[in-house]
Amino acid sequence: MSAPVDLSTTLGNAWFPSPLFTASGCASSGKELAQFFPLKEIGAVVTKSVMNKPRHGRPTPRMAETPSGMLNSIGLQGPGIDAFLANDVPWLLSQGSRVIVSIAGETVEEYAVLARKLRSTSGISAIEVNISCPNVENRGLVFATDCDTSARVIDGVRKVIGGEIPILAKLTPDVTNIAAVAKSVADAGADGVALINTVLGMVINLDTMKPHLGGKTGGLSGPAIRPVAVRAIYQVREALPHLPILGMGGVASGRDALEMILAGASGVSVGTASFGNPTALISIKNELRELLAQRGFTSLSQAVGYAHR
Amino acid sequence: MSTINKAAAQVTATVISNKRVGAYHQIILSVGEVVRHCRPGNFIAIQVGGESSRMVLRRAFAISRTSESAQFGGTVELIVAPHGTGSKWLCAQGEGSEVDVVTPLGKPFGVPTEPANALLIGGGYGSAPLFGLADLLKSRGCRVDMVLGASNGSKIYAPMEGKRSVNSLKIFTEDGSMGESGRVTSQLSSIIEERGVEIIYSCGPMAMLKAITEIADQHGVIHQASVEESMACGIGICMTCVLPVKDDQGVISMKRSCIDGPVMDGSSVCWDLVGKSTEGF
Repeated sequence: MSAPVDLSTTLGNAWFPSPLFTASGCASSGKELAQFFPLKEIGAVVTKSVMNKPRHGRPTPRMAETPSGMLNSIGLQGPGIDAFLANDVPWLLSQGSRVIVSIAGETVEEYAVLARKLRSTSGISAIEVNISCPNVENRGLVFATDCDTSARVIDGVRKVIGGEIPILAKLTPDVTNIAAVAKSVADAGADGVALINTVLGMVINLDTMKPHLGGKTGGLSGPAIRPVAVRAIYQVREALPHLPILGMGGVASGRDALEMILAGASGVSVGTASFGNPTALISIKNELRELLAQRGFTSLSQAVGYAHR
Repeated sequence: MSTINKAAAQVTATVISNKRVGAYHQIILSVGEVVRHCRPGNFIAIQVGGESSRMVLRRAFAISRTSESAQFGGTVELIVAPHGTGSKWLCAQGEGSEVDVVTPLGKPFGVPTEPANALLIGGGYGSAPLFGLADLLKSRGCRVDMVLGASNGSKIYAPMEGKRSVNSLKIFTEDGSMGESGRVTSQLSSIIEERGVEIIYSCGPMAMLKAITEIADQHGVIHQASVEESMACGIGICMTCVLPVKDDQGVISMKRSCIDGPVMDGSSVCWDLVGKSTEGF
């Protein structure tokens, strides 16, 4: 028996029937998870960040399990935007799935090129602008570590997209003041922020006595980073109470999702938990509904930011 | 483009038996009807550590054999080396324990349509999936020879009933503690020639698969290699288990060993580029 709780949510002007989303880079383009549950059961598939050109990504090993988490060092492997828009988006829409396309670029111009290609594609619910992938050679390319470069990327995308499709800026917690970065992207035209990307980390292999990952550093994800994500969501909500937040970082249960919602997230993405459990998104959604009902909420929106009262 | 195994399902499996065999554990899990879709070369991804575990990722194991019985329904057999925290946890699970599994995963070994002379090569517990494959090949009228190798005799996995399903079995150990001293590739050229080998199936460490590929290519023999690359998810969504593979036109792309493999055409894998940056190739 499901409790009568309205789980629908909005991010900017986009409406979603469920507040649970895949996390970019943790669902590829959705085809594999569709083997385990109908994709229309979740809010949207947030696709793996796509660049303008096809990309091989970083050398293996690309993965290291860590206590309650893992490091990944994929380096934005992907088919390039043209193949992605020709194959993956039509397939997702044919499944009745809603789609949030995540884009990544090496330059401000590349983001604008990607945005131009997305503008002429119908059926996309929102765009996630990934300005915080940690797996790039040059830390200077992590746009989201700087307010001005973050704003320049978002401004470029906003100008191309116009006002129709919501834009979410994906931010890194590896900064001193994440609320300041959120403010700069909001001022540049972002409709919301996706918090948080993985946290930069490293594992040393004791056999080789060298960094274990092919790319040396990697992004830490999983329950180990959840308190960092909750803190970032809380801080941004406090500074910018009207900016929609898509929360993510180590969510593995309904309890974890509710924690982010109370901190200020209107939606929650699940990433690493799907690696360990392909039906995690569905069980988290069911648990969340129960937890909301137990606390007397009749809709998800009543709980968003409730920790700030 | 390859897709996830269409029979893959998440099920709760029960440990039917767990025995120590040399350096390994032979674990039999009842998995139900999904067993009918498990083919030699497929693998199973198992959640480890229990509910409060700090291990967030599944562990992938090759399925060595399958069976169906009235008592236990469909069962799969795994050969597990208790190396890391996750495999040690699995090896500590007694009869009756329940584990969350996803199976069948990956692309299985391809079986010839006509009877052929097949050589099966296993390194360490890499021999596990080869015995189920041997049964299948025998039932198709193939001649099946097997070569196994390991650093020492305790790491050779060759059960009695398995030996019956092959025409010949040769064992090599690096320290000479079992069979002949040497590696699986030591006499490979002459074995290929003497036996008229038409297809090689292999499973084991990457260095072994690379060495076999070189010899198989020299003899123009088809080589299906079951690769081993660390996986976070096993279902194609994490992109960590990739290998550089070239297509007919020589174009290299990074293929997921969980979806495009684990069984791959040995000569299409760019073994020299594994672990290297391939951007720009």
